[in-house]
Amino acid sequence: MEFLGFLVRRLLWSLLVLFGLSIVIFTIARIVPGDPARMALGPTASAEQVADLQEKLGLNKPMVEQYGLFLTGLTQGELGRSLLTEQSVNSDIRKTFPATLELVISTILFAFVLGVPLGVAAARWKDRWPDTLVRAIAIFSAVLPAFFLALLLQILAGYVLNILPTTGRLPASMSFDADITGLILIDSLLRGRFDVMGEAARHLLLPTLALGLATMGQIARITRASMIDVSRQDYIEAARAFGVPDRLRMFKYMLRPAFVPPLTITGLEFASLIGNAFVVELIFSWPGMASYGIRAIVQKDLNAIMGVVMVSGAFFVFVNLMIDVLVGVVDPRVRIRGSRT
Amino acid sequence: MTALLSVQNLSVSFTTYGRRIEVLKSVSLDVPEGAQIALVGESGSGKSVTMKTIMGILPQPPAKIDGGAIFFDGRDLLTLPERERLKLRGTAMSMVFQDPMSSLNPVFTIYDQLGTILKYADRRLGRNRSGKERKARVLDVLAQVRMRDPERVAASFPIMLSGGMRQRVLIAMALLSEPRLLIADEPGTALDVTTQAQILKLLKDLVTEKGLALLMITHNLGVVRETSGYTYVMNKGEIVEHGPTAGIFEAPKEAYTRDLIAAVPRLTGRDQ
Repeated sequence: MEFLGFLVRRLLWSLLVLFGLSIVIFTIARIVPGDPARMALGPTASAEQVADLQEKLGLNKPMVEQYGLFLTGLTQGELGRSLLTEQSVNSDIRKTFPATLELVISTILFAFVLGVPLGVAAARWKDRWPDTLVRAIAIFSAVLPAFFLALLLQILAGYVLNILPTTGRLPASMSFDADITGLILIDSLLRGRFDVMGEAARHLLLPTLALGLATMGQIARITRASMIDVSRQDYIEAARAFGVPDRLRMFKYMLRPAFVPPLTITGLEFASLIGNAFVVELIFSWPGMASYGIRAIVQKDLNAIMGVVMVSGAFFVFVNLMIDVLVGVVDPRVRIRGSRT
Repeated sequence: MTALLSVQNLSVSFTTYGRRIEVLKSVSLDVPEGAQIALVGESGSGKSVTMKTIMGILPQPPAKIDGGAIFFDGRDLLTLPERERLKLRGTAMSMVFQDPMSSLNPVFTIYDQLGTILKYADRRLGRNRSGKERKARVLDVLAQVRMRDPERVAASFPIMLSGGMRQRVLIAMALLSEPRLLIADEPGTALDVTTQAQILKLLKDLVTEKGLALLMITHNLGVVRETSGYTYVMNKGEIVEHGPTAGIFEAPKEAYTRDLIAAVPRLTGRDQ
């Protein structure tokens, strides 16, 4: 019961955040210099043509009215038309979002599934070689920019060793229509096309590594700190004084309370992940929403920019809502009190 | 009569940043079967290290046991193999933790924590107890520490209980496996005075009722007077004075003990 109330509160907060985001992105899109209509038509277009397009796009209406139209569109899931592709932004995003989603999900899984055990190991053997190694990896991955890592991996694994593909989601020779979830790995599994699945996984590997290493290091670092912090708590000493075995203390009594910070940081890392995805997608020719967003920004394609930002914002908020739920499951204090002290 | 617990010439040192500090200097004390003994001293006098060494939970390193012996029921704990030692820890000898706010794991229910402790204690001692019997035992012990609704307490997370209730859970934890020796580390210090008095009375009643030996570790001489018949006074890692509690209060031999007694607040607001 208390958990339900907690969920409802979090959900309402999320909606509020998205509403705020819509105001911010609308304002930013309108105050940046440069006329979108002029940008879309090019320098050779006449003043009348530009005015026509402004009229068509509603750019000459009052701001508040423009925002009203934008918001109405949003609530109906209608993001308008892209000036650049001349398609509806909806269909552009529907085409590109699954690729980004697949990349981001595999990155988070990679970072979390590897980062947490590394952090636990570092805490378990604090100040010994596993700890030093994990800390070195964490720092190394944090200072290495994603684009550099992406290029490095591409050169190493793709050209020097020539063992992994370096561009796209599938080889050009392979045609597969991911029409169920849009995620090739999942759809190929559902359709029983294991050849496609294998190839998709091979293509996913390098971008995932390039995008995920920094997050993994971050998660490992936080997990380590959190485990060490918990290991000093009285209740761990108490468990020891009552003869609870080492392994159980480590993996149950310590890991569960220590699990919340890595979860939270994973949610926050999503923001930087979406940002870095722009670069990684570009380098690996990954047909995702991030690279679509970059083109939109460069061309000042207003509707596309707002669409991409709203979709990534909603995605971010959704992921963090899920993480709040997980945190609530892991830590009863959060459900009972609604916060953690 | 030999004592249930007999600490003999125990010396412990800590080495941090290359500096070695003697924390216990040849400490000796006896806790006879069924007796209630106090160990008093100010913070940093070595009480907690003594207790942790007896329980076998001293972190080594940085700590190092330099010498001495700890006899429990005639066997020296310091030379006992770890497996044998584990059979005693939390079972024949167990401990009431000091801080009710931090000594319970916040993310597990009371039953989860007490049940787990009991399960592993049973396993070490080769006892067979079904899950149902285990639950019954936990509820029984919670009732013994005067919980009105043991079922509800067992299903609660620590945050849902008051400080006094949590302290009683810590006592229940110590009683789970029918110990012969209870070491209490300043129980109730973190609570308000009224609740602390209730906790101490409960502890004393239970110990008397069950005929357990109690080693009460505290800095509060008021507590000592209430709970124990024999007192050891500790200062800077040494036992400076010991004797029947009444005698120590009436005619303290050591200046340090006199200072400790003078430090007990009085209702008259005046001393000396």
